[in-house]
Amino acid sequence: MTHKKLIIALAGNANVGKSVIFNYLTGLHQHIGNWPGKTVERAEGTLSFKGYTIDIIDLPGIYSLSTYSLEELVSRKYIAVERPDLVINVVDASVLERNLFFTLQLMELETPMIVALNQADIAKRKGIEIDTEKLEQLLGVPVLQTVATKGRGVSQLLEIAIKVIEKGQTTRREVRYGEEVEGRIARITETLQDAQFIYPRRYVAIKLLEGDEEIAREIAKLAPKAVNTAKELAGEIENLHGHACSTVITSERYEAAGRIARQAQKLVPPLKLTAEERLHNLTTDRITGYLIMGSSLLLIFFAIFTFGNYTSDLLSNLLNRLEPLSTNLFGTGIVGSLVWGGAAEGLIAGVTVALPYIIPFYIVLYFLEDSGYLSRIAFLMDNIMHKIGLHGKAFIPMMLGYGCNVPACLGCRIMETKRERTLAAFVTTLVPCAARTVIILGLVGHFLGIQWALALYVFDLVVIFALGRLAFRIMPGEPSALIMEMADYRMPQVKTVLKETWFRLAEFIKIAFPLIIVGSLVIKAADVFGLLNPVANLLSPVTVTWLGLPVITGITLIFGVLRKELSLILLAALLAPVGLQALTPVQMVVFTLVAMFYIPCVATISALVRELGGKKALYITLFEIAFAIILGGVALRLLTLFA
Amino acid sequence: MSSKSVEDYLKAIYILSQNGKSVSTTEISEHFNIAPASVTEMLKKLAKKGYVRYSPYHGAQLTSDGFQVAERVTRKHRLLERFLHDVLRIREDKVHSEACEMEHALSDEAEESLCRYLNHPDRCPDDGKIIPACDLPFSTCEECIELHKKDLEESGRRELIPVSITQLKNGERGKVSFIRGGHKALQRLSDMGLTPGTEVTVVKSAPFHGPLEILVRGSRLALGRGMSERIFVEAEKA
Repeated sequence: MTHKKLIIALAGNANVGKSVIFNYLTGLHQHIGNWPGKTVERAEGTLSFKGYTIDIIDLPGIYSLSTYSLEELVSRKYIAVERPDLVINVVDASVLERNLFFTLQLMELETPMIVALNQADIAKRKGIEIDTEKLEQLLGVPVLQTVATKGRGVSQLLEIAIKVIEKGQTTRREVRYGEEVEGRIARITETLQDAQFIYPRRYVAIKLLEGDEEIAREIAKLAPKAVNTAKELAGEIENLHGHACSTVITSERYEAAGRIARQAQKLVPPLKLTAEERLHNLTTDRITGYLIMGSSLLLIFFAIFTFGNYTSDLLSNLLNRLEPLSTNLFGTGIVGSLVWGGAAEGLIAGVTVALPYIIPFYIVLYFLEDSGYLSRIAFLMDNIMHKIGLHGKAFIPMMLGYGCNVPACLGCRIMETKRERTLAAFVTTLVPCAARTVIILGLVGHFLGIQWALALYVFDLVVIFALGRLAFRIMPGEPSALIMEMADYRMPQVKTVLKETWFRLAEFIKIAFPLIIVGSLVIKAADVFGLLNPVANLLSPVTVTWLGLPVITGITLIFGVLRKELSLILLAALLAPVGLQALTPVQMVVFTLVAMFYIPCVATISALVRELGGKKALYITLFEIAFAIILGGVALRLLTLFA
Repeated sequence: MSSKSVEDYLKAIYILSQNGKSVSTTEISEHFNIAPASVTEMLKKLAKKGYVRYSPYHGAQLTSDGFQVAERVTRKHRLLERFLHDVLRIREDKVHSEACEMEHALSDEAEESLCRYLNHPDRCPDDGKIIPACDLPFSTCEECIELHKKDLEESGRRELIPVSITQLKNGERGKVSFIRGGHKALQRLSDMGLTPGTEVTVVKSAPFHGPLEILVRGSRLALGRGMSERIFVEAEKA
């Protein structure tokens, strides 16, 4: 049997169950990376079916193929330029009209395609019944009902897909626009007759009429005349309708989608509110909404930190028992201390933060996302986030930041524009992560009382707000508004949640672990060769004179770059036998303040580099160092004044 | 009864009434600082002209005609405030009284030019209220800039001035007719289904001037406040 390779892309709106189908098809044979040169995620997986090796590409969830967002641009380029063998368009049966708007755009790209009509069970509960055959006939492409969460219809989907690829697709209907538009499309396609491009001619003509800058730029090189003709003709349409040509075309496309939806579906709205709707009303209400949000977030944090603390201790005790083994193997000389104190401790550090805190955080986050609750939180928080130039969606990475800043920075991808990604990433690095919580609770909370620890948390929120606002004022550009679909609530799928968690964890390990280990090695080496004390002395004008801290804090703060809570653990060790009590209360507060803000940890810096580029990561790092030093010094002087 | 005082009264009722509720005689008399008796007399006259619905105990409520006049003069007022503040650099606390005098003299044509000149502002400078939309039949401001050079008479005018969806009550519907802004904003909204002519239902708005929850084409969307204020609809009572 010959193994032929095929490429199939999954495309559709957000929240239609696309990734469930993707997971179902590819299992664990997935690879999540970025599109080349873009911070847009690319999920890819492989499977074997009927003698074919099939690559499945899960395109980002989008609503249109215009060029508003990076995701849209990437998806369009992929379908049009790289030409997958087939596109499976996943459609949410419960919001048919809006989904078909996207389907019609895909059809204009003239790639072979089939439609997976998903979530028909949810649609049914909302009183929507869809005639699949009718829909198939209206679109001219195969339509299959699927219930992806139960795996129903997914393998038939592949069968039909293969059939279409083997036999070719001939029946596709095209969207017909009004006469005045169609006539002009025809005239543009005429002028395009001789030129050769990757896009279908009719598609180019439509896009040129819509004034699509990206396409116009590409076509201008090949057929400049067509671009000018299109401009003229678009002007004529504008005069006829009194509306911009792109609006006319989008409207007509939506009308077509609506017409098809109305013909293919029967609507019998249920008399009573469905349970999902009641839950939606409760969770977005002006009173109960905030109550539910507040208490569930508190509960989540409390549960994760209790669990994390416990398992973290357990794990580090367990792993530290391996020390004698390392000593036996490598001795206690330079090599031995580098292996254990450097590499192994770095690894332990990574494991004891990642596993106990990050895994539960991810599980909860994807559970909330999959159920649809995150979009309600974004709805409730939009107003507050706007004050720092972000919209409600940015609250999600911020929340994640309380667990660990690394996934939080990666999570800023959900923001639409570059400017917002930068702003959101900057703000999330100020959020006290699990490691910083260890310092706050372990030092200030333990010795000065929990009220002081809470005061520091509140202060942190104030700083986030103030610096966020400042950054928002300084950074050029307009904030973009929230336009977000709030899809119906649904039962989260354990499999999807676990899989997402697994892939995110793998990503985290790839980014963070090498750096933590190499960093540990470097610092341990510096220690072994006696370089740390000179460095601490070098830093003493800052640490001792300006911040009023012991000289050795210079060393511990350097370690803290690897992992924030190390700075406290080390400090306790270096201050032995007295321990942390050797610090005055003012010193405790100052040290904690500095540790909270002074630099993103090395793993976070690498996440920043990855998401924003080296320059912005450097600026953020430098700013936070300066800010923490200034803040610590001012705090010292104010506190001594009042103490 | 001069047209100035008609406009002033209608504007006052427009501002004082929230969500289309009735405004009491006392509220109006306090607003103008005049005797309730003269207010009652004026309201009766306005009722006769068909601008307000008036009953002695419930107070006054704008009719559709009255609402149009009030929106128009409020628009002129707030545009003038922007002009006085942004261009003439008059202090924020002084622009209101100045604009109150000028609003009655500004012609519709001058008002439209002023709007274009000021680059289609959203809000007035002193209390940040939304500037009502105009009655030109364009779906965005960019269209207005591009097309106004051609004959405006030819494009005609709207029968009703569209209102921002933030002015709708929970459960009220309207048809999208105008987006304050450019093609980009419109394109983004259109892609989500908010094309001109589409029916939109406002479900609710999040507290503290948060985003709006709307229903459009069978799907539920959350729309940021600033964006919602720029979406104008032909209101249709639920």
